[in-house]
Amino acid sequence: MPLHYEKVKVLEKKANQIRQDLIKMLEEAGAGHSAGPLGMADIFTAFYFHVLKHDPKNPMWPERDRLILSNGHIVPIRYVTLHHAGYDITKKELMTLRKIDSRIEGHPSYKLIPYLETSSGPLGEGLSQAAGMALSAKMDGKEHDWHIWCLMSDGEQEEGMTWEAAMLASKYRLSNLTGIIDRNNIQIDGFTEDVMPLEPLRDKYESFGWHVMEMNGHDMTEIVSTLEEAKAIQEKPVLIIANTIPGKGVDFMEYDYHWHGVPPGGGPEDDVKKKEQAKEALKQLRTLGGKIEHGE
Amino acid sequence: MKYYLADNYLDEKKVEWKKMRDGAGIGMAELGEKKKDMVVLGADTAGSARAKYFAKKFPERFVQVGVAEQNLTGVAAGLAYEGKVPYVVTYAAFLVGRAWEPIRTTMAYPENHAVYVSSHAGLATGSDGPTHQMTEDISIMSCLPGFTVIAPADYQQARDAVKAAYDLKGPVYIRNVREATPAFTTESTPYEVGKAQVLREGKDVTAIGHGFMVYWLLLIAEELKDELSIEVINLHTIKPLDKETILKSAKKTGHVFTAEDHNIVGGMGSMVADMLAQNYPVPMKLHGVMDEFAESGSFKDLAKKYKLDKEGTKKELKKFMKEWRKYVSLSVRN
Repeated sequence: MPLHYEKVKVLEKKANQIRQDLIKMLEEAGAGHSAGPLGMADIFTAFYFHVLKHDPKNPMWPERDRLILSNGHIVPIRYVTLHHAGYDITKKELMTLRKIDSRIEGHPSYKLIPYLETSSGPLGEGLSQAAGMALSAKMDGKEHDWHIWCLMSDGEQEEGMTWEAAMLASKYRLSNLTGIIDRNNIQIDGFTEDVMPLEPLRDKYESFGWHVMEMNGHDMTEIVSTLEEAKAIQEKPVLIIANTIPGKGVDFMEYDYHWHGVPPGGGPEDDVKKKEQAKEALKQLRTLGGKIEHGE
Repeated sequence: MKYYLADNYLDEKKVEWKKMRDGAGIGMAELGEKKKDMVVLGADTAGSARAKYFAKKFPERFVQVGVAEQNLTGVAAGLAYEGKVPYVVTYAAFLVGRAWEPIRTTMAYPENHAVYVSSHAGLATGSDGPTHQMTEDISIMSCLPGFTVIAPADYQQARDAVKAAYDLKGPVYIRNVREATPAFTTESTPYEVGKAQVLREGKDVTAIGHGFMVYWLLLIAEELKDELSIEVINLHTIKPLDKETILKSAKKTGHVFTAEDHNIVGGMGSMVADMLAQNYPVPMKLHGVMDEFAESGSFKDLAKKYKLDKEGTKKELKKFMKEWRKYVSLSVRN
């Protein structure tokens, strides 16, 4: 069922607020990744405010959907979204990213925050673990009780372990597993197709026995309908290629791989001086890129 | 402590030789009957690494991942996160060597409870050659925070260890070898993870071993009983180290000799030396694979050439004691 127009507006506004908090958080941390988290803000918002079966007050609810973040380096967007969704990460705590004694590590730590589901960071390991979780549910006859979602980057498709997992998920017909690739075409050393060509990505997963879908990762209606449809596919694991714009919402960060692994205040100065980067990014987000005069 | 070792175990010709990997495999199948949340994972070696006994009995709880050891660990971690107790089984070199970083990230760091059961550790792998003779596994698993590292002495102890590991917390590594080795412990021999076994008391030197080397040490102690009083310790749990038992023995004998089918760099001997250096330094000799790759050959021929047989080990032990007795007699300590 398509999303109601009003609900779309609510989700879009929420994604914008999340992006603003992300910028503030990264600036305060003085380290971390900008492009990927901004690019995935819409998908995270769709998950935590509409798609996921979850309960912020009972985060380890046994019947919750499992959201596995394989590319752990974009975890700041998850921390901010969790805060907005009502989990026990406070606004003050967001400002402790990457700092000593904080729970919100540079890459996710399961021991510190179990509802992150796994510890991650080293790339290419999430799909295997998600497959193990899907297998566990299937062994217990619970494959229809909750869904396992695995978010991956496009760059980590270069890891061999990803394809070992792709074979296994297909072998065991893990239809309770959906993989989502953040197809933003950049990785830390450059454009993916220069570093190591990934295309034809769709054909690769299809030939491994997966049902493949594509979506515009910034169109809330399309995100929600694609994720809902993925849950309905039987007999095969599902892979969604989410086409996104790295740095989405901040024009001087968009499409530029130099913004992969740096925070505002530490990025390239081609367009905006370092000390102005956070301020300018927030201004753009508040005014929706100059479309409105006064944002929130 | 009474250990109920096999009758006539000191008679080399009468002792039975059995495969540790069979002990581990049969132990897992036996455990599976009681523990319904136990899952076994194999990587195309269910036959040779002996996951087959469990797989045959409980096919619905056996996962065959194919020749893909990183995925083997990743899938096991997913199962562990969901509350299952995965037993991950294949050859040592691939099980923990190939997948070391995924093990670090998905098992050790989040403290997942999983049991890694290897076969083909050490030169006891035999003719497959150095690619398969894993002599660095204790080293690379012991340095991971939270890991329990076990090297059973024989068939029965491997069978006991896989069962005992179920009740531990966090990740566990159990080291087994391919070839048959002397089966000198029995079903009556007590087994407790983390508790070293003083199988023979002595006063001149402490000889510590794991795996089949323990058996050689027992024979050597008997053969040399008229010239040297050797205390023999079966250090089946390498991490956490049984500091108390080792210290007590070292204080009594003043000399420690370690013997293992593993690289001396980062092996059991290194860990014992590390502990003693900080608590009660005594003269030590680390006997084992001398930081080198071996070659193809039968277990018997390899053991002889690389001095891991009884005679080679005995020679090293005698040499060590001769040198230190000479030194001690000249020093102010005496």
